[in-house]
Amino acid sequence: MEELSVAALWWAVIASGLYHGLNPGMGWPLAVSAALMERKTSALPKALGLLALGHFLSMLAILLPFSLMITLVEYESEIRIGAGVIVVAMGGYLLINRRHPRFLARVHPARLALWSFLAALAHGAGLMLVPIYLGICAIAPEDTGHLAAQSLMQNDLGVAVAVAGLHTLAMTGAGAVIAVFIYLWLGLKFLSKTWFNLDLVWALSLVLVGLFGIWSAVTH
Amino acid sequence: MNLRPDPTFHASAKLAMEAPIETYGFTVMLSPDGSQPDGIAVVDLDPKSKTYGEIVHQVIVPNKGDEFHHFGWNACSSSLSPLTGHAFLERRYLIVPGIRSSRVYVIDVKEPLEAKIHKIIEPEEIFAKTGYSRPHTIHCGPEGIYVSTLGGGGEDGTDGPPGIFIMDCETFDVIGRYEMDRGPQDKHYDFWWNLPQDYMVSSEWGLPPQFENGVVPEDLLSNKYGHSIHFWDLRARKNVQTIDFGENYQMALEIRPAHDPTKSYGFCGVVVDTTNLQGAIFTWWRDDDGTWKAKKVITIDPRPEKPENLPPLLQGFEAVPPLVTDIDLSLDDKYLYVACWGLGEMHQYDVSDPMNPKLVGKVEVGGIAKGTAHPNGKPFVYGPQMVEVSRDGKRVYWTNSLYSTWDDQFYPDDEGGQMVMAHNDEKGFRLAEDFYIDFPKGYRSHQIRLEGGDCSTDSFCYPNV
Repeated sequence: MEELSVAALWWAVIASGLYHGLNPGMGWPLAVSAALMERKTSALPKALGLLALGHFLSMLAILLPFSLMITLVEYESEIRIGAGVIVVAMGGYLLINRRHPRFLARVHPARLALWSFLAALAHGAGLMLVPIYLGICAIAPEDTGHLAAQSLMQNDLGVAVAVAGLHTLAMTGAGAVIAVFIYLWLGLKFLSKTWFNLDLVWALSLVLVGLFGIWSAVTH
Repeated sequence: MNLRPDPTFHASAKLAMEAPIETYGFTVMLSPDGSQPDGIAVVDLDPKSKTYGEIVHQVIVPNKGDEFHHFGWNACSSSLSPLTGHAFLERRYLIVPGIRSSRVYVIDVKEPLEAKIHKIIEPEEIFAKTGYSRPHTIHCGPEGIYVSTLGGGGEDGTDGPPGIFIMDCETFDVIGRYEMDRGPQDKHYDFWWNLPQDYMVSSEWGLPPQFENGVVPEDLLSNKYGHSIHFWDLRARKNVQTIDFGENYQMALEIRPAHDPTKSYGFCGVVVDTTNLQGAIFTWWRDDDGTWKAKKVITIDPRPEKPENLPPLLQGFEAVPPLVTDIDLSLDDKYLYVACWGLGEMHQYDVSDPMNPKLVGKVEVGGIAKGTAHPNGKPFVYGPQMVEVSRDGKRVYWTNSLYSTWDDQFYPDDEGGQMVMAHNDEKGFRLAEDFYIDFPKGYRSHQIRLEGGDCSTDSFCYPNV
């Protein structure tokens, strides 16, 4: 039963990655633009790589503090509930404040990694992973109670890097597929056609994931 | 907010050219003496319509003396920038500043025949939040709506330099000044940019005391109007370079960058060279070493004229200066249209090679001491002025008034407002006989905006491929 849950959570990491990747707000149009501006195909993977780097660092920036906190095993469920509340609050905030963060527009178009890092932070993309990550940490180490804090921390750090890495890989893959199709075959006309407003869905996803985190902490 | 990008947002200039053609135009109605309130005329541009070429609706504002001049959209194709996340805005509101009152009107044109005022921003708000006055050119861009101003603070607008301020593109709140470091820029007029390359170019007319009561001949002859263009790091909001064309190149006005964002050049029109009365177009470009350069690529000569046929201002010169007051570049970056307001001519240059423009078409209508009639026999007062090119490049629209007090100086006996159209196709560049709008009595006409965008509003984030 528990193995199934861990597997499901890892799949959730991948699924959220695909979801982030498909969202134009996470940067695939920038990769198309970079390749077209530079007039060479090699600019496309380069841009996707920079976007991936920014996204990965942003995920880590959110997950690492939680991976340090989770070593406080006796407060585990409080931390998980607290994290869930933060994620729900972020979703709620994005539901009420439907305006786009203006500071993103101020980043130089060539600083793709920085843009990707800030975009993921501003949209709460990293937060969306927190309840899933905490779920994995809570289930995975089978004899949590017997492990020294040191090794537990290392273990959780490793999980945080793995979660961020796998998620980023899935995200980049999904974004790359769209970017390559538009760049090579579909053309720019398709760009505005595939550009859907996911703002509402995104905010609701955060609320749902946060509620899931709280629920799993309470029922654990 | 839409679920999909507004269909009038186009990723590239090429896609904008292929989009459906305009069916409405919006044109400034100016009461030159402030005896009536100004307005925006909604013009039917659909040749299949029964009211083709007529004013089918007017939005008349509640105040007098605003002096409408230039205006623009709340959102354009630049909203498709992958950086900004503004793809779901609607191109719906026209931002119309009063250059004399510093009041800004936001007009909702979603239903062109029912266009109405959505919001009025009072001058006090602009003064308090920006320290600028005399709002002018409107562009929608990365951080919202950018508004250039021609005046600084104080009664006559000379307390501090003018600049650009930013408005929120959804609430229309005035946010504040754009500039972080303006460098030597101390006068303002037009501005435009290349979004992916992240640069902006701005130009200079003159300070409010130099234009509000008419051209000041002493200032013109002592070369005190603007003659520089300024290059900016758009997102860092910093001046990176200023190019002085030379002090005799008085009034460097319209900035027209190439629409394809892979290109790093554009044009600027100069009203008059005080050494020989020529009009001039400069091409500016970014050199291989990253610095900006500019070179005069077009000159237009004045026409000799007997003093008794000239307005008092020009009698001493015994010539009609071309007065290059507006230019517009087609979306394929091929044709540059140059309004010679003094001569009464609209020139069409092939600028496929931006360093070697070729004059390929010319239309004569109006003009100082000439007053060429429209081919339909009706008069065209003043000369060709604000020019707007359709997205597909096949129709060129223009009006005749420059600025209330300047019209009266250069054309003291004329009065009226006209909007005309020229075709540009395999039969050449020529005026359409069936398109002639005479504005209601007491109103002059100025800038034109086309439904869904035109050649002087939209900036694109993706190259033509």
